[in-house]
This record gives sequence, structure tokens and C-alpha cells, in this order.
Amino acid sequence: MIAAVLMALTLQAAVELAPADEARAQGIMREVRCMVCAGESVLDSSAPMAGDMRRFIREEIAAGRDDAEVRTALVSRFGHEVLMRPPVETRTLPLWLAPVIFLLLGGALLSGAMRRKPRKDGL
Amino acid sequence: MIAELGRFLIALALVASLAQMVLSWIGAQQGGRSPYALAGRTASLAALVTSAAAFALLIAAFIQSDFSIAYVAGHSHVDKPLFYKVTAAWGGHEGSMLLWCLILALFGYAITRAGPAEPAFRARAVSLQALLQSLFFGFLVFASNPFDRLDPAPLQGRDLNPILQDPALAFHPPLLYLGYVGLSAAFAIAAAGLIQKASGREVARALRPWALGAWTSLTAGISLGAWWAYYELGWGGWWFWDPVENASFMPWLLGAALVHSAIATEKRGAFPGWTVFLALLAYVLSILGAFLVRSGVITSVHAFALDPERGVWILAMLGVSAVAGFGVFALRAGHLGEGEGFEPTSREAFIGANNLLLAATAGVVFVGTLYPLFVEMLGGAPVSVGPPYFDAAATPLLVVMLLLVPVAPFLPWANGGARPALRQLRAAFLLLPVAIAGIVLVWFGAPLLAVIGGALGVWAMAGAVMDAVRALPAAQSRALKFAAAGRAMAHAGLGFIALGAAADASRPPDVNSALGRGESIEIAGRTLTLSDVRRADGPNYLADRATITVSGGRAVSPERRYYWAADQHTREVGLGSSIAGDIYVSIGEARPRDDGSVVYEVRAAFHPLVWMLGLGASLIVVGGLLALTAQILIRRVRQAVAP
Repeated sequence: MIAAVLMALTLQAAVELAPADEARAQGIMREVRCMVCAGESVLDSSAPMAGDMRRFIREEIAAGRDDAEVRTALVSRFGHEVLMRPPVETRTLPLWLAPVIFLLLGGALLSGAMRRKPRKDGL
Repeated sequence: MIAELGRFLIALALVASLAQMVLSWIGAQQGGRSPYALAGRTASLAALVTSAAAFALLIAAFIQSDFSIAYVAGHSHVDKPLFYKVTAAWGGHEGSMLLWCLILALFGYAITRAGPAEPAFRARAVSLQALLQSLFFGFLVFASNPFDRLDPAPLQGRDLNPILQDPALAFHPPLLYLGYVGLSAAFAIAAAGLIQKASGREVARALRPWALGAWTSLTAGISLGAWWAYYELGWGGWWFWDPVENASFMPWLLGAALVHSAIATEKRGAFPGWTVFLALLAYVLSILGAFLVRSGVITSVHAFALDPERGVWILAMLGVSAVAGFGVFALRAGHLGEGEGFEPTSREAFIGANNLLLAATAGVVFVGTLYPLFVEMLGGAPVSVGPPYFDAAATPLLVVMLLLVPVAPFLPWANGGARPALRQLRAAFLLLPVAIAGIVLVWFGAPLLAVIGGALGVWAMAGAVMDAVRALPAAQSRALKFAAAGRAMAHAGLGFIALGAAADASRPPDVNSALGRGESIEIAGRTLTLSDVRRADGPNYLADRATITVSGGRAVSPERRYYWAADQHTREVGLGSSIAGDIYVSIGEARPRDDGSVVYEVRAAFHPLVWMLGLGASLIVVGGLLALTAQILIRRVRQAVAP
């Protein structure tokens, strides 16, 4: 009975890729969100839907599409939130400018502290 | 009975904390030596004892499997091993919040014993710590009582999430909370210093040991969590830039910045306002972390207890703490004084750069974690901010910091001294190209950032060794020797982590395959053969255990478990560790093939040099402990000298 519990009865035809293509596929999978999980990539997730998405990506690669085409295909099916790397566009600009803003702000503070005149009374 | 007594004790702890707040405040107004201050100390002891007793009762309820208590019923099961019954006491939301309160009270009492030397300053800090205690005890009493009854009591509990039934996870929350909540002491002391109009130097001196202790525990807690994620979540990652991890990483980054800036403030009076601000911000971000984890506003792989209503409570506590802390800061920061200027290549400048980079990283993590929520609130199309963003935006900042770390200990205070420092570091410089060449050769095709990270890791280690060689003999007291050793070890630890992370970033792709008995796969030049699968049931689960032989190494045995009480499958990873790295195998479900034979999904990975991450984290923790010891020794000497 337990064997039955542990056993999934689905038979899936897996697409076998050449090693270089498989590495490319895993690179894409690492940056694609599993849509039914909490913040996991489809490479890492064990959810059935992640398995379907992995197969979809492998099939697309096997069909000779390049990485950008695969991503576009994913976005058209699942929406923008499928990509874990937010694209650089107007509404994500604050996100990508954040490091620069923090560095400039902090740098200004630091250079202010550096230039401060030494005081006579010490401390 | 246990439940009623527990409720009563928690209510008492709230009352004691309120008394501690009021009495110590009056005591501070009267100069800190008045009977009120003494009474405040007693109240703080009462808060500690009552909350410790309540916590002990909760553990007792778990040992007895008292399922009439909702929290116990939700997180335990009679078949669970005793050890995990005990650790389940802090495995869920209510229990972990009680632990948070207990640690707050513990630090409250610790401040009465070893807080700031000046009596009024100390009484004020005790009072402010009591404010933080009261907020959280109030939360327990009114919104999140671990002793709430369940009627009718179920015959059986729902069990703790099986992936949390793990030794590393048993100690992860207490250490993490010791860190989060330890930062509350730095908060209380910083705010008290502002109210007392203490100078920046006095505040920095008073809060340094607390910040150091808290940050060291936070390091240990986060590392245990990362280690657990590595072997338990079943896909071999150790850092995911997941919201819950980010929630702990922000206070860690700010804590690291604080530990360094407080040195410059105490020794030279530099950055007084910044140091105090950091101490306030670090604890506020700790509460933000609790909010992110507990409220469920952001979904995460680690969020095990979600409840939006509680989120509002935590948000309110966050608001009160932030308004109190930053309000006082806005009013009184002027009294902290101003530092003198310094040269761009002085020790202060490098500590400043360290703080700039750490704080900017924390800022990036903050923006990246909250941006999806923000966009959603504004009604835009949803955005995902995942690891690729953080790798691109935060990691380069940390890489630049690594470049500066080894130089800083060789620089003089106030004056520029790049040239002599670099001359002393010449040997480490010579190592650098060798390291780069080595890394490029060993992991050909490694990502650029990994090559740079690896080279900088070697650079940090070499610099730390040279720092130790120079500073240890020069240290004139036992305390200074401890401090020098602590610094060198922590910086070397950073180097190990950089190397480990660089190696991990350039690991070979994982191999996923369906294997029948006797079939094999290849990874990283090793042949893995599935030789056997048999039943290996535990006390509260059923399991299939595979035996996979590895060419040129020991066999590994991954398991697939089924916990019936929680109705959940988990994977136990098979790990084959060696100096070169870990062979990492997990086994999935069984499937029939067309010919009727059974195959198992096997996922195999090779994680090169992953032990370096563990070693690096351990070095940082030991380094932090050594530095803390130095602080305690120095304090003892100061007390002996003081009249």
C-alpha cells in the first residue's frame, strides 16, 4: 500500500537534451519562477507544475529557440512575474537605481564626515 | 492547569515589564541611584522569571502532549520523538514569540547588571528595554497567546512540519532570536544615551559589547539556517535571497556595520550620529523581519506561520518602536557631538567605506524585498524580484568591500597611510594573480563574478593572516590579543565564504535522471550507481532509503519520507563529503517503466568546496566571540580602575 502511496502513476515522456543545451535550459530554469510555489525557481521546485514548466523549457530549447525567445514564450503564457530577474523598464527603474542612490547618499555623508574641521578642544 | 498558569505568568510578565518601565524611568529622572531604579531592577527580574517559567510550562505541555492547548495541538503529535516535542515549543508562531519575549526580558535584566556604567544612563536603558518588552508581552497576551485552549481537544496533534524536525533547525531559532532581540539592547542603550544627552563616544562604548554579541548570534543563527536549507530543502542551495532570509540578512548587514562604526566612534569620536542611528535602525529592521516572516505579506519558502491579523499587530509594534527611537534621535542627535575630519586613506575612512557598502547592500535588499509588495499596492502589474536581481545589485557591493577589508587593519587612525599599509601587504598582493590564475584554471568557464570573488577570497585570507602575524605580538594586553585574533579570524572567515560562494557559483549543472536498480549516472567525473532501495521507517514516518554507490568514495543513502501525521513527503539528502566538495543526491518518487520495472527519480549535484562556507561562518562566529571577550576584559579593567 505504501509503495502505492510513494508511487506516481504518471508516465512522462522526457525530452533529452545535449549537455550544452541542458546547461542552457537549467540556466533559464534557475531564473524562472514556479508559478504555484512560494518564491522557488522551477529548477528547484518539486511541484508538478514546475515539472511541466521544465518540460516546456526543454521542448522549446529542443525546438531550437534561443534564450530570449524561450523567455518571451514564458512571459506570454504566465505574465511578467514568471521572470525572477525584473526587466529594466520604467516601473522597475527605482529597483535598479537603488544601489546607485544609496551609494551616492552615503558617499555624500561620508565625505562630509571626512572634511570636518578638527576642533581645537579635542575630545 | 498548565495553560491557565501559563496565561497568568505571561500576564504577570507584562505587568512586571510595565512596572520596570515606569520605575526605571523615575529612577533615571532621579539620577539612577534612587530606590526607584532599584525597584525597576527587581521588576525586570520578575519579568525574566515569570517569562522563563511560562516558557518552561509550554515545554512541559509539549512533553505531556496536552492537545487541549491549540498551539500544542497544531505543532505536536504523540509519536514524535521527545527531542522534537521540546523544540516544537519554539517551532511555531506563538511559541517563538514567547521565546522572543523571554530573550527581551533576559536582555532587560542583563542591562540592569552590565549596562552603561553611568547609573542614570543605565536606568534609562532598562526603562526603554522595558518599553520594547511591554510591546511584545502585550502582543502575546492580547493577540497571540501560546496557551489558548482548543475546545474540544483533539485526540491527536497535527504535528510539526516534518522538514522542521531537524537538529540544526532546533537551534536555529533560539540563536537567530538571540541576535534579533540582542539588537534591542543596542536600541535601548542608543535611545537612552540620546535622552541622557550622552556624547557619541559614551553611547558607542556602552553599546559595543551588546551589538557584538547580538551580531555574533545572528551570524550563527543565519549560518545554521543556511546549512539546514542546504541539506534539508533538497536542492542544494544555501542562500536563496528569499524574503525570509532577506529579513534576517538586513539586520545582519546593519549589525556588521554597527560593530565597525562603533569602534571608530568609541576610539576617535567619528560618525557619532551614524553609529547611534544604526543601532536604532538595526532593531527596527529586526521587527520588520518578524513582520515579514509572520504576517504573510510576502510569500516565501520559509514562512511556516502566516496570519495577516497578527501582521497588523507587529506593524503597530514596529511603528511605536521606530517613532520612539527616531523621534528621540531627531530631537537629541545634536548632543552626540561631531567627529574630527580624517584623511581618505585613514582607518576611519575605510570603516566609513565598509559602512557605506554594508548599509547600501542592506538598502538594496530592503528595496528588492519590498518592491513587489509596493508595486502591487500601487496596482501595477506584478513584478518578481528574485535571486538574479540581488546577485546583480547587491553582490558587487560586497565584492568591493572584500577588496578593502584586508587593507583596513594596517591603516593608522586619522592620518593617511595607504603606502605603508600596502607595503606591509605586499606578500598578499603577490598571491592575488596566482589565485586568479588558479581559479580560472580549476573552474574553467567560471562566471566572471565568481573568479573575482574567489581571488578576493584568497586576498582576504592572506590579509587576515598577515594582520594576525603583525598585530598579535604587538598587542600589549590579553584583551588586545583577543581583539586582534578576533578581527583576523572574522576577516579570514569572510575570505573562506567568498571562496566557497565562488566555487558554488561555478558548479557543474545538476543531473536529473530516472534510474532503475543497477543503473548509473555521471557527475563531476564520478559514477553514481543506484544499487538498492529498501524500506527504512522511523518513529513517525515511513521511508524508502536508496543506496547509491559512488566511484572512488563512500556510498550515499538519500531517503524519501512520508510523515503520516502531517500527510507530507520530504526528501532526506544523501551527502558524500570530501575536500573537493559534496556529492549531493536526492531521490524522488518511484515510477513504473513501460516494461514494468520500477525507476526512481534521482537528482544528483556536485557542490565544490562547500565546506569552506561552513568554515568561514564558524570563523566569523569564533572571531565575534573573541572580540566580545576582549570587550568584557576591557570593561573589567575599566571598572577596576574607576573609583
